[in-house]
This record gives sequence, C-alpha cells and structure tokens, in this order.
Amino acid sequence: MTAYRVTIGLEVHVQLKTQSKMFCACSTDFGQSPNTQVCPVCLGYPGSLPVMNRAAIRLTVMSGLMLGCRINPTSKFDRKNYFYPDMPKNYQITQCDKPLCLGGGVDIEVDGKSRRIGITRIHQEEDVAKNLHYAKWSGIDYNRAGVPLMEIVSEPDMESPEEAMAYLLALRQILLYAGVSDCNLEEGNMRCDVNISIRPEGQKELGTKAEIKNMNTFKGVFAALQYEIARQTEVVSSGGRIVQETRRWDADSGQTFSMRTKEDAHDYRYFPEPDLMPVALPDVLVAEWAASLPELPAQRRERFAREYGLPEYDARVLAADKAVGDYFEIAARGSPNPKAVSNWMMSDVMRTLSEKDISITAFTIPPDALAELVGLTEAKAINSNTAREVFSIMLTEGGRAGEIVAARGLAQVSDAGAIEKVVDQVIAENAKVIEDFRSGKAAAFKFLVGQVMRLSKGKANPQIAGEMLQRKLSN
Amino acid sequence: MVRRQRVKSRYSIIEVFVIGKGKMLNTLTLSAVVGKLERLECRSQDVVQSVLDAIRLKDDRLHGYLTVDAEEALRQAKATDEARAAGRTGRLLGVPIAIKDVLNVKGQPCTCGSKILKGYISPYDATAIARLRVEGAVFLGRTNMDEFAMGSSTENSAYGVTRNPWNPDCVPGGSSGGSAAVVAADEAIAALGSDTGGSVRQPASFCGCVGLKPTYGRISRYGLTAYASSLDQIGPMTKTVADAALLLQVMAGGDPADSSSLSVPVPDYTAALQKDLKGMTLGLPREYFVGGLHVDVERRVQEAIEVCRGLGARIVEVALPRSREAIATYYIIAPAEASANLSRFDGVRYGFRAAGAEDPIDLYKKTRAQGFGPEVKRRIILGTYVLSSGYYDAFYLRAQKVRTLIRRDFEEAFKVCDAILSPVAPTPAYRFGENTADPLQMYLGDIFTVPVNLAGICGLSVPCGFTADKLPVGLQVVGPALGEEAILRVGHAYEQATQWHQQRPGSPS
Repeated sequence: MTAYRVTIGLEVHVQLKTQSKMFCACSTDFGQSPNTQVCPVCLGYPGSLPVMNRAAIRLTVMSGLMLGCRINPTSKFDRKNYFYPDMPKNYQITQCDKPLCLGGGVDIEVDGKSRRIGITRIHQEEDVAKNLHYAKWSGIDYNRAGVPLMEIVSEPDMESPEEAMAYLLALRQILLYAGVSDCNLEEGNMRCDVNISIRPEGQKELGTKAEIKNMNTFKGVFAALQYEIARQTEVVSSGGRIVQETRRWDADSGQTFSMRTKEDAHDYRYFPEPDLMPVALPDVLVAEWAASLPELPAQRRERFAREYGLPEYDARVLAADKAVGDYFEIAARGSPNPKAVSNWMMSDVMRTLSEKDISITAFTIPPDALAELVGLTEAKAINSNTAREVFSIMLTEGGRAGEIVAARGLAQVSDAGAIEKVVDQVIAENAKVIEDFRSGKAAAFKFLVGQVMRLSKGKANPQIAGEMLQRKLSN
Repeated sequence: MVRRQRVKSRYSIIEVFVIGKGKMLNTLTLSAVVGKLERLECRSQDVVQSVLDAIRLKDDRLHGYLTVDAEEALRQAKATDEARAAGRTGRLLGVPIAIKDVLNVKGQPCTCGSKILKGYISPYDATAIARLRVEGAVFLGRTNMDEFAMGSSTENSAYGVTRNPWNPDCVPGGSSGGSAAVVAADEAIAALGSDTGGSVRQPASFCGCVGLKPTYGRISRYGLTAYASSLDQIGPMTKTVADAALLLQVMAGGDPADSSSLSVPVPDYTAALQKDLKGMTLGLPREYFVGGLHVDVERRVQEAIEVCRGLGARIVEVALPRSREAIATYYIIAPAEASANLSRFDGVRYGFRAAGAEDPIDLYKKTRAQGFGPEVKRRIILGTYVLSSGYYDAFYLRAQKVRTLIRRDFEEAFKVCDAILSPVAPTPAYRFGENTADPLQMYLGDIFTVPVNLAGICGLSVPCGFTADKLPVGLQVVGPALGEEAILRVGHAYEQATQWHQQRPGSPS
C-alpha cells in the first residue's frame, strides 16, 4: 500500500482583548443580552463610518512581534464582499494584500522532535454577528459584530494532527503570554479553520487541499484532521481524485461534509476600504511596543531554571501556562526556598487543580498564602504532615497558615523537655519492640518514632524525637 | 415612513399675496433671515410658517419635498424663539434648512429616494446636521433626489419627479434636484445637498441657485448615506454665495467619526468674501470650450468670464487633458464603491423587506429586486463587474491610476491660476424623459463636474444668466484642495457685479 504524506495549514481567528469594538465605541463584553452592545456603525446603518481602534492594531502588532513577524510599515484595509445574515454591511472590513504582520513562526515539539511552523501573515479584521437558531425562527445577535479579530495564517508546514495540535497549543500559550486575547474557546475567542491535503510519499508538489470549517474545540480540530486524512487516503487509494472544496466538520457524527466546491466559491471582490486611511507604523512606534513585550514561554522556562534553581522539567511545567507561571513567581518571591514552592506547585497545587478541574485563576489559595505555608515548613515551625493538613484547611476554609497553626495548636514541638517526656513514655510502654530493635530490626525504630508522633498528636519535631530515641536506646 | 403632512397655514392663499413683499420671509436669503432674527424683526416661527406656506402653495406641483414635518418644524422654531428670548445665541438660531433625503437627521425619515428605505427613521444625526443643530437650525423637511444620489435629473427618485421651478416641463437636475428646486422656488431659505459627481453644482445650475461642493474631507461624511465613499461630499445649496459660505463655516472641520475628514483649521470664509478679484488669475481649460456646448450656455459663460476680467482678474488658458477620461473613470470607481456600500440594504435590519422569502438568500434577492430602481441596479451590476476576479486590474486599478493623472492635471493648472472657470453642465435643464432612454448621454452631462470629485478638490456653481428659453445657466468656479476661500471670493465678486441671483422663477403653473 502506498504511504501518504500529510500537509496541514491552519487559519486561526483570535478575538483581541480590547475594551471597544474594532470600528466603533461599543463594548466587547461577552455574554451580555443580545443586541445591547450595538450602534449605527456595527449595525451597518446608512451613513455610519468605521473608525479604527488603535488598541486593536497594537495588540495585533504585539502578537506579530511575539511570533517573530515582520511588521509592515504601511498596511491598509480592504472590503471583502459577500452576503450573509451575520454580516451587517454584507462586506467585512479586513486586510487583503497589505496585512499588519508578515512571516514569523512557532516552535513546536512532537515526540521529542523540535520543529518550527512558519507563519505566513497576520491580518486585522472585524468579527461578524452571531446567528441563533430556534425551532421556528432565527435571531441575530450583533453584540459580536465588529469585535476586533486577527487572523493568523500558517504555512502548510504541519505533517500530522499531532503537529497541528502542538502548533495550536504553542500559539495559544504565546498569545496568552502576550495578553492579547483570553483565547477562550468556549467563548469563541479562538477559532480555527484547517487546510489539509495528502500526497504519495516521494511526490514533490502538494495534493489538492480541502478546507475544513466549524471545529469549536482543539479536540474537534484533531478529530476532523484524523477523519479527513482517512477520507482523503481512501479516495486516493481507490483511484479517486480529491476536489478542492470547503467541508464542514460535524462534531456529532464525527464526519466532514462538503459545503461548496471551488466552482461555486465566492468571488469576494476585494477593494481598498475608502472609509479608512492606510495604517502607518513608524519604526519608533513599533520599537516602543516591542519594548513592552512580555517574555516568551521558552524564555521564562530558561529563567525559572536559572533564577530559582528548578529542574528543567519543573520549569517547563510551571512556565507552560502564563497564569501558573505568574502564580509561581509571586509565591517564589515571597519564600526563602523557591524550589520548595515549586515542589508544592508540582504536587499538591497541580493535583488540586486537576481534581477540581479548575484553572489556577480559580484556585482559592493566593500565592502569598502558599508562600507563607512553605515558609512555616521551611522554618520547621510545622512538619510536613501538618503542612498538608494546613493546606487542606486553607483550601476548604480559607485563612492564613500562621493563623491556622496558632489557632489549632499545630505548631511543631521542638522543646527537648516536652519531647523527652513522650519518648520516655514510649520506651516504657514498648519493651517488646525495643527488644526487636536491639536485635537489629530497623522497622522497629520507625514504629517507635511513629508512636512518639502519635502521642504528640503529630506536633513533635520528628528529627529531634528520632535523635533522642536513638540516644536513649543506645545507652 | 412619516407621511407627507398637510401644511397648516395661518394665512389664506389670498392673504399671502396681500401681505406683500415685506412679509415674504421665505424669499429672503439665509444671511438676511439671520439678520432679521437677530434684530428681532421677526420670529423663527414666522420664517418657518412663511416657508411652510410657500410649500403648501407650490410643492404639490413642484414636488421638491418628500416629507415635511410642519408641526415639528414649528415646535423647533418656537423653541428657538424662546431660547433667543432667554439669551441663547447661534449662528443659525431659528433658521429652517431643507435637507436632501440622503442625510441622517435623528427621528426623521431618510429614504435616499429609494423604496428600499421606505419606513426607515434615522436613529442619529449626521455630523453636519449636528453642527447645524448646535447653531440652532430648524430641520423642516426632506428633499427629493435621484435614488441613492445616482442620477442627474431627479427622475430616478422612487417617489416621483421634481419639477424645475423655471419650467415645469424640465428637470431640476440632480441628484440634489429637490434641494435646488425648493431653494429656487423660495420653498426654503437654504438647503443641503450631496455631490459625488456634480449632484450639488449641476442642479444648482439648472435651477439658478448657488451650489458648493467643498474639498473632499472638508465636511464630515458621517451620517451621509454613502454612494461612492471616496467621492461623496455634502454641500450647501443657497440663494447667494455668502449664504453658502455661512453654511460651510458651520459644517466644515475635522470629525473623529470620519477618518477621511480633514482636521486642518477652518478659515473665516465670510471674511474671504470681502476681497475683490484684483490680482487673481483665473484659468480657462481649453478642453472645456470645444464643441458639444449648448450655444446659450457657452455665451453666458463667456460673458461671465468677461465680467471677471472686468473686475480685475487675469484670465489664462490652462490644460486639463485627462478630463476626457473622467466620465469613464468615474463610472468605474463610483459604481464599484456603490456596489459594496449598497450591500447593506438587504431587508434584514431596517427599511423595506420583501414578503414571502424562503430563506436568507431569497430574502436578499426579493428585497433588492423590488426595493431598488433600475439605475441603482445598473450601477450595482457595473460595480460588481469591475471588481470581479480577473477584471479588477483592467478596470478598478486602471481607473485609480487615471484618477491620479486627473488630479495631477489640476495640480499643474493651479500652479498658474487661483481658480478655474467653466460651465457647470454642457446644457441647461432638459425636458423630462429626454435623456432617460440613453443613460450614457445622461452621464456625459456631468463631464465638467465629475473631474472635480475625482481630484478631491472644490467647485462652486453660480447663476450666470439664462438661455433664450429663460432657463438658468451656471458658472462653475473650481479651486484647489482647501481652496474654498478663493472660489467663494470669485463667486461672490461675480454675484455682486451681476443680478442673476436675484431673479426668481414665476409660479410654475
């Protein structure tokens, strides 16, 4: 059987985190009642005119800089003409031949193999309204119409659904780092169309591509790609030909369906938008914006390892998500032992997040409170078992570690006199075990330490208790 | 749609004639009305009532207005009278202005002369309207126009034709034919029009009033329903050049809501009127005075040139060789932009919606098929064609290049002159139906006005006499970008030296 190579390119639409829409002053707030954030401009009323949102231009340029793009010194807007009920003007203001950003790329790693996926361009445009379908009628919510959108077009550099997934995740990570978007898929902040083709191994020119739309989740993208590879492979291996077409992913059936072929593709009749002036981005301005860029995930990973002495693995996990990284940094800076903070993050914090299926932003223990808890452990004010208990109290009831320890009398007992009383009691009550210990059973000693901890209600400093037992028993 | 309301009059028809000249406030110029109101010689209510009376007398026949809201106008007028008594001032306080039905006035219809906007009530004020409102203007009615400003005779209105006050068998010009006719017939003190290829200047010329097309961007387009975005400009239509200067003064200036508006400072246009023509050089484009000109139009314009010479202007010949290509260029760029601008009229959100649609595409097809008139459809198809894949470079891109050459022609010409004189149109007003069968002939009537829009510069139409048939002829004064002071100065000096602007048509009966 012939082997096929897969070629995938992605078009990712990202809603920008601006206060107001792309071409008017309406709010971009998500989840408001339908058609409450509208005006003559975003409703396409006669006589209204668009005015450029400079903040949106800045966010797109920042994204471009984070992704290593060249920033076009002059850029312009165009009208893309087509009729659809979600389009107030029946043309979309977008950028055709002079986008804001050109070139660039994203580094991905799949199966230990690093690759760079090229970016062709990033252009600025406006979102469309949202069509809502009910049993007997349809409605249009224009709150979304005119929300700033950037479209990131990749090169056809991906060769598997896994690579496409890695690209999307890496892209999302970078955009979250840049703070340009919430990249919330549920709210439609980030949407993706794919172009995919296959060709027999050894063939140089790319096969005929299909464009697939309507994937609402990353999982959907992955499944659609897998389905489409199987479909195209079957068509080609059985002697058929792939037609250039747009297909729709149906998540329920797990299949793609043809929407339209090349023959009935739209002629968008692009022409320069006469209502907007070209965008000039002088070097000084771009340099100023570049200076305000946050570090990239890869840079942060290296810095975490270097600055806080973390193992490579820990640094990678903590830097992967910007919010997790931010949490760690606040906690680490408030603690004498960042490595201990990292350990807490990697174990108890991460476990809690996955158990509760929440993100770090919804985690109820603030980073400085975690730092305080770690600090108490480090100062040996509480032992590690107590620390876990305090952690779970903080999680369920809130409060600060210091207060909880004080209020509940959980402080570790390091006073030799107090511990000696307990040690003596244990020795007096466990003659049989002491005999075992003396005859060389190591487990017996652990049992005795455990008895000291039990009788001290876990508060005895286990190190002091152990040393004292050792000394008394060897006398 | 707000229905045309009967104008209630305090006077009977006979009284209007008996009261005599002194009371005929509707016949006054804008400047005169402003003066009378300021000196408390009359009230805004009297002015508005006088205009409403004129409308009642004449407009059934003339049909310059699509809607007149008499009650609202009188209410506004009363409010300004009270405001004045309370000490409020305003450059247009209490002055009624007629508005072409393409400009958005909050709470009023804005049909653009089209069935597709039937029933649409504007939710906002255009910037130009807002600026007039701040100065106290009263908006009493909406004037007729070619559908979406596409046309040169107002015959393309979905709501019937407007008659030329000088000859009821003739067109008033267009597309701002309603505004020109009501100003000429004293059914308005002053009016606003819009000019994309001559739509203010040509009807002003046909009706014998003053029409100013300012430099592209001088007045904000926000709220002006777009026909061809890169060419559209709002312009005053008045009884005198001074009145046009006054309205321009109020409306001009940058607007954050219109990115194409020019934020350069607005000069004192009225002050510019004080200067005479001595030391000015006026250019005559040699290409504009060869063949095809109506003999009386040519004579009147030549006489006007001699008047300017007599006033001290130096007359030189200039070359505008690319103007020949202007009509072809215009009929690529304007329809291309229009094809996108008019896409929003789809029956989904406002205006007319066709009944019985099966699905959204069917709704678009039915609504647009029933809602648009033939000329609008012609231009949408033309525009769609020239933007189509494979034709874009040959048409649209090429037209943009020619447009640049046309602009350069003017730039060269303005190196040797301060303003350019020409006819506004090759002919006077023609009869109804005379040009409707041949759209190309109609298009050629804009040959002297279209280059000005393509170049983005300013032009003024001033009455310069009559044909043998007693139809008005207009003199066009063209100035460079932001050269409004120069053309207003020429227009005013010429107007002061002649009496044409004082002539009034008889009652069209």
